[in-house]
Amino acid sequence: MAHSGINLIFEGQNLPRLLGGLWITIRVALIAIIAGGVLGIFLGVLRTFKNRFLRFILRLYLEFFRIVPTVVLLFLFYYILPKSMNLNLPAAEVATLVFTLWMAAEASDIVRGALISVPQHQVDSGLAIGLNRSQLYYYVLIPQSLKLMLPAMMNLISRIIKTTSLLLLISVLDVINVGQQIIEANQKQYPQGAFWVYGVIFVLYFLICYPFSLLAKKLQKD
Amino acid sequence: MSWQIIQQSLPMFQKGFILTLQMSALGILGAIILGLMCSLCQYFKIPVLKQIVGAYIELSRNTPLLIQLFFIYYGLPGIGLKLSAYTCGIIGLIFLGGSYMAEGFSGGFDGIPNSQIESGKAIGLSQGQLTRYVVFPQGFALSIPALAANIIFLIKETSIFTVIAIPELTNTALDLIGLYYHTNEYLLVLVVGYAIILIPLSIILTWLERRIRYGTFGD
Repeated sequence: MAHSGINLIFEGQNLPRLLGGLWITIRVALIAIIAGGVLGIFLGVLRTFKNRFLRFILRLYLEFFRIVPTVVLLFLFYYILPKSMNLNLPAAEVATLVFTLWMAAEASDIVRGALISVPQHQVDSGLAIGLNRSQLYYYVLIPQSLKLMLPAMMNLISRIIKTTSLLLLISVLDVINVGQQIIEANQKQYPQGAFWVYGVIFVLYFLICYPFSLLAKKLQKD
Repeated sequence: MSWQIIQQSLPMFQKGFILTLQMSALGILGAIILGLMCSLCQYFKIPVLKQIVGAYIELSRNTPLLIQLFFIYYGLPGIGLKLSAYTCGIIGLIFLGGSYMAEGFSGGFDGIPNSQIESGKAIGLSQGQLTRYVVFPQGFALSIPALAANIIFLIKETSIFTVIAIPELTNTALDLIGLYYHTNEYLLVLVVGYAIILIPLSIILTWLERRIRYGTFGD
């Protein structure tokens, strides 16, 4: 290649712009992971309660978010919130909301699974020394289940980050959207721009997600 | 919400529905074959291939399908490799699914209790016999739950094909919304469309899981 297309990345403001787009992507993921994680732990605890009705509702919530593809979820919220509820949010906030609810749904299942696999004698011992329900969760169940849920949580986090690539579809100015702008603006000078820009974004996503996948593997082994 | 609008749109959704099913089927089949080959390379620790497979799995698992598709569809023509959207979609799905399936199979093979392998060796089975009579039957049975989860995951991922303008379910809905603005109706059909595929499939796969599971020692 005589004039390699990789120069396109380093020309002018292109690299800072790409990284700026990446920051928007990461911000959506970060808020969703934190807020959704907290909500997910809360819902997961609720799902271990005996109340049938509550468990049914939460199960329905989980299954809905599992069955409907994320692309479709994004569009559902993006189109229906303003139309039916008169709630006009910027696209990035709609996306944050969707990812938070999705994270909460998936996390609640992980938390529930971890809570019910804490050995029964731990619960019995806790009750025997006179802990009440909330003390039992706070001092016994949640600390012990944390270790069990961490590998699955790491995988979920990396899934959330990967899925933020869909932000482009509801026209959030994320890293891929910025990439497209750069490619289109330089079409004449760099006909192979797409190869390099998408290649760089590919690598960027890999660099962000790989540590989580390594961590998940390591946690699984311990 | 108007039933008439829904009824009128059904023929178009039907086309998208069939395309989604078709591409999912091809992609999943390819992913299972690729995944099986990759996991066998890893299980038998074939020298160079094992490292290549390891790198492929990490690369494919840690990048989103959307950017993989963009790279294949828009990026590769830059270096002279031009493929139709349909082919790109299937290749993308196989590239993504292959690594998930490989992890599923590996999990199954690794889950076989050591006592089984040792017992096999103790009664004098050769490596080939051991693979044929001990490793495969038990490994496949153990990997079914992971494979089932991956199949559902891959079908949902086909919704991303809309970005390279493949007229599957999601793309059909978005097109119709853009044309006629009957947002609620089309989104409803879209959700129902995926539910029709995924809910029965998930029930069948759960049933299959219970059916195929081999009893483990002590069951």
